[in-house]
Amino acid sequence: MTRTQDGAARTAVEVRMQGLSRHYGPVVALDRLDLTLQPGELVVLLGPSGCGKTTTLRLLAGLEDADTGQIFVGGRDITRVSANKRDMGMVFQAYSLFPHMTVRQNVAFGLRLRRVSSAQRDKRAMEMLELVDLPTQADRYPHQLSGGQQQRVALARALAIEPQVLLLDEPLSALDAKVRAQLRDQIRRIQLEVGITTLFVTHDQEEALAIADRVGVMREGHIEQLASPTEVYSRPATSFVAQFVGLTNRLAGEVRAGQLTVRGCTLPLVEETPDGQVVALVRPEAVTLASHDAPESGPLVGTVIAVTFLGATSRVTVDLGDATILAQLTTADATALPAGSRVALTIRPDPVLVAAGSELAVPVADEET
Amino acid sequence: MAALTSVGEAPIAAPAGRPRGMQASRRRRLNIFRYVCFTIFGLFFLLPLLAMARFSLEGPTKLGTWSVDAWRQIASYQNTGIPPLLSAIEITLELAVITCAVMLVLLVPTMVWVRLRVQWLARTIEFLCLLPLTIPAIVLVVGLGEIYNRIQRISLSALMLFWVYVILALPYAYRALSAGLTAIDVTTLSEAARSLGASWFTVIVRVIAPNMRAAILNALILTAGVVLGEFTIAYLLLYTNLQVELYSISRNTPNAGVLFSTSLAALLLTFALLLILSYAGRPRRGRG
Repeated sequence: MTRTQDGAARTAVEVRMQGLSRHYGPVVALDRLDLTLQPGELVVLLGPSGCGKTTTLRLLAGLEDADTGQIFVGGRDITRVSANKRDMGMVFQAYSLFPHMTVRQNVAFGLRLRRVSSAQRDKRAMEMLELVDLPTQADRYPHQLSGGQQQRVALARALAIEPQVLLLDEPLSALDAKVRAQLRDQIRRIQLEVGITTLFVTHDQEEALAIADRVGVMREGHIEQLASPTEVYSRPATSFVAQFVGLTNRLAGEVRAGQLTVRGCTLPLVEETPDGQVVALVRPEAVTLASHDAPESGPLVGTVIAVTFLGATSRVTVDLGDATILAQLTTADATALPAGSRVALTIRPDPVLVAAGSELAVPVADEET
Repeated sequence: MAALTSVGEAPIAAPAGRPRGMQASRRRRLNIFRYVCFTIFGLFFLLPLLAMARFSLEGPTKLGTWSVDAWRQIASYQNTGIPPLLSAIEITLELAVITCAVMLVLLVPTMVWVRLRVQWLARTIEFLCLLPLTIPAIVLVVGLGEIYNRIQRISLSALMLFWVYVILALPYAYRALSAGLTAIDVTTLSEAARSLGASWFTVIVRVIAPNMRAAILNALILTAGVVLGEFTIAYLLLYTNLQVELYSISRNTPNAGVLFSTSLAALLLTFALLLILSYAGRPRRGRG
């Protein structure tokens, strides 16, 4: 529930996209996409370049027309409504503030178009600037602000018109890492405070997992999995999701009588899987290493070839002779295993997802798709 | 230690100082080159003007004397009624305003639309806009003769010249506006404005146009320049504008100096108007 400028409560709306398709010549950008955003929910569309996430957002904003399909906002069909009548606030990847207007004028622009009185416009603009912690910059011009500040003003401008839906098209991609993390948290705080239904598009998985209520991982115009960040990471629905979200070791294994054997190690399976040769998808954090001084070798004995320092943790690359495996250890543990040292691996017996070739051995039902 | 330090410092200072010295001498040479070029081109443009000014001030009877008779005769040409020169100036200024307005209304929305929606048409539009540059005025007149025959049945006013002047000024205005559009992110700005509820008209008037103010001003100056200096088409289509009137004055007075005074007057008037236009369009100092 959000509050309008006259103090009245405004209920967050549901956004429903049904069978949306979009082609650019022979290229299929969106392929009969179904997606529903619950009222007040923040859904992040995540995927590689060209997967159709920005197209989805632009179709919802009305900046492009769908070839087929329908869009409903709060139960109303807006598929043929023009962009300026859709009542949606949007923040763009590129800096989109109007260069000839001050910050205050930028924020008040949408209100001016709605013929809000000058005094109310000013009041609302200042409220929005306070929301994004920029009240002191009201009389500055966009070129006098940093990239992060410009995106915060763009967010204030998008929210000032009290839109039904907030659309964020990679708003943090042009910013440096530290500002990006700060602004990401700020966007989430404001979204929760305002309670607005939000669609956020990004190719940065860390960003997606950090702020989303649900993450939709997209590939070639459709959603592979739509679930909570925890579920997407720990129970990826497809091998593509497993490999796109976080790092994954792909190890050859065999399923026999419901048991998975990987390099002599028996592991439980996520789902029932028919017997046969499979590829096991093992997260680096499920692999632990210990020093191995004995001369004998085994399927889980190898040599450290690289240690990548990541701060509190380090990523260790181990050569097993016929394969390479990644392990994520605390930096303290990793320091004891310099490059060249012999190590013995243990794979934690977490339920493992398996794939046969590029397809899953057992399909996992997609939520909402 | 001190000795070691001083010995160590000497060779370091030399290479550091050398590029600076080289830069300074290079800058000096560049400046000299600039001043020489500026002087040569300045003289190239100024000398004919000065010569024209001198001839326009030549005494009517004896060579080498000074007189303002030729200038007086411009104003006193045809003693009765409104001096034709004033009426020609008025018509030309009106033509400049109408042509500029039509040009902007025609070109700015078209170019924005092409950039946003039909990018594939950009080359064709550019070709069409630049085409008048390649067509001699006389060919244009032959082509437009039929059309102007019909126009003259409706109105004989010289203001009707604006149709052809819009075509003549298209290449210059197009280039100026195109440079302005390239300098801004038209797509993002217009999409941002649309998402905030702006109609296409609002997008162009309140968002795009203010951000290409310099380009619009350049287009206006160039268009006005074309209109203020145009003679051939107006003369051949039998209309009277400023240039035609000045030509007529110089032809119909016995004083040869009038030819020069009228030409110089036309040039000075054009310069003055363009200067006013460029100063009037200068951006005011912004807040903050």
